[in-house]
Amino acid sequence: MNFEKQDIISIHDFSKQELLFILKTAKLMEKKLNPNLLKDKILATLFFEPSTRTRLSFMSAMEQLGGKLMGFATAKMTSIKKGETLWDTIKMVEAYADVIVIRHPLEGSARLAAEASSKPIINAGDGANQHPTQTMLDLYTIQKVKGKLDNLHIGLLGDLKYGRTVHSLVTALSHFNPIFYFIAPQALQMPQTYLDELKEKKIKFFTASNLLKVSKKLDILYVTRIQKERFADPVEYEKYKGVYKLDTSLLPNIKKDLKIMHPLPRVNEIDPSLDATDHAVYFEQAANGIPVRKALLALVLGKV
Amino acid sequence: MKKEQSVSAIKEGTVIDHIPSNAALKVVDILDLRGIRSIISVATNLTSRTMGKKGIIKIGGKNLTKEEVDKIALIAPDATVNIIKNYDVKEKIKVAIPTTINKIIKCSNPNCITNNEKSMATKFYVIRKRPLKVRCHYCERNMDKEDISLL
Ligand SMILES: [Zn+2]
Repeated sequence: MNFEKQDIISIHDFSKQELLFILKTAKLMEKKLNPNLLKDKILATLFFEPSTRTRLSFMSAMEQLGGKLMGFATAKMTSIKKGETLWDTIKMVEAYADVIVIRHPLEGSARLAAEASSKPIINAGDGANQHPTQTMLDLYTIQKVKGKLDNLHIGLLGDLKYGRTVHSLVTALSHFNPIFYFIAPQALQMPQTYLDELKEKKIKFFTASNLLKVSKKLDILYVTRIQKERFADPVEYEKYKGVYKLDTSLLPNIKKDLKIMHPLPRVNEIDPSLDATDHAVYFEQAANGIPVRKALLALVLGKV
Repeated sequence: MKKEQSVSAIKEGTVIDHIPSNAALKVVDILDLRGIRSIISVATNLTSRTMGKKGIIKIGGKNLTKEEVDKIALIAPDATVNIIKNYDVKEKIKVAIPTTINKIIKCSNPNCITNNEKSMATKFYVIRKRPLKVRCHYCERNMDKEDISLL
C-alpha cells in the first residue's frame, strides 16, 4: 500500500485495509525511534482557528522524525485578513513546504486545499465536518487497549447529535462489526441519517438515555463533551450539561475490562477519581496522537 | 406535430417536452430564456397521455449545452429534449440526472467552503435519484430535494 502524495481529508476516503495499514505503521513508529526519517522535510501548520493540542501534537510528531516546522496559529496573517482566497494561500504555502496540516472553521476547506496543493494535505479539522487523525488515533487506542477492533460492544455517550468526533468514529468502526450503544438525552441523540446508514450496513445498535441500562454490556465507553456553543438557548445547555457525569459509583455496573475514552479536553464529564483506575485510557489516547501522526506524515511523504 | 397544435411549430431549435406543468416557468428561468431574442413559446396545462398535464417549451434557433440539459433534469426528470432541424425532430434526448452535478446547484450549508470562497465551483454526488438526494463533495453534507437550489 502506498500513501505517498496522498491527502488525508476524510475518514470516508479510507477502506478497512487502508485504516489497518495506517494503524500498523503507527505501531512501528511507536516501537522504533526514527530521528532522521523526515530530515530536510518541512511541515507547514496552517491553523485558521486555534487548536493548541492538535497543533502541538503534529509539531511534536514532525520534530521527533527530524523534520522542520513552519506555520501560523491564527488567521491573523495579513494576506488572509485582506481577503485572500484559501486557494491562493495554499498555492503560496505549497511552494515552501513538503506537507501541509490545515485546520479551518469552514467545512470542506481541507478538500479545497487538497485540490489547490500538489503537496499532501492533512486535515486537522474542517468546521463540523471531519478530523480524520482524531478518528485514527481513536481506532489505534481501541486496538491497543482491547487487542482487537472486531466485534466490540461500543458505547458512545454525550452530545451525539453534533459531535463530529462521534460521527467519524462510528463510520470508521462500522468496518469492524461492532454493536453500538448510543447514550444521550433524546435531544442530543444520534441523527437519524446515521442510524439509517447503520441499518443499511446491518450493524446492530441500541439507543438509551440511561447509561446504567447498558453499561454492563460495554467493552469501550467513549465519552464526549456537551458543548455550550451548540445550543442557541443557554437554558437548554444548563439542562443537559450535567446529565452525564461519570464517577466511581459507576464501577459496580461495568465490566472489569471496560475502557473509558474521551477526546479531551473534559469539563466535568469524567470525575478525576476515575483517572487512577484501569478503566481510564483518555490520557493514553491523547498520547497516541503522536505515533499516529508520525505514521501519517511519514506515509504521505513516501518514507515508509 | 399534430398533437401539439396549441403551440406553433418551429423550423430550427429545441423543443423541451414532458415538463411537469408547474415546472415550465422554472425551466424558463434556469435556462435564462427571458433575455434571449429568438422566438420562444411556453405552454402549460397541455393534456398528456402519460403525465396528466404537462408543459412544453419551444426555443427557436438555440441548442442546449450539457449543463443546461442537466439543469432541466433536476426539476423535470421526465423531460425530453428534441433538437429540431427544418421542422423535423433530428434528435431526441431523454434528460437524465447525472451521477455528479457540477456548478449548477448551491450547497445548503452556509458554513460550507463553497459558499465562502470567492468564485468557487460546487460539486455534488447523486446518492439517490428519486427523490433526489445529493452529497456535497466539499462539506460532505447530504441535501434532499427540498433543500436544493439552483445557482
Ligand atoms: Zn457543501
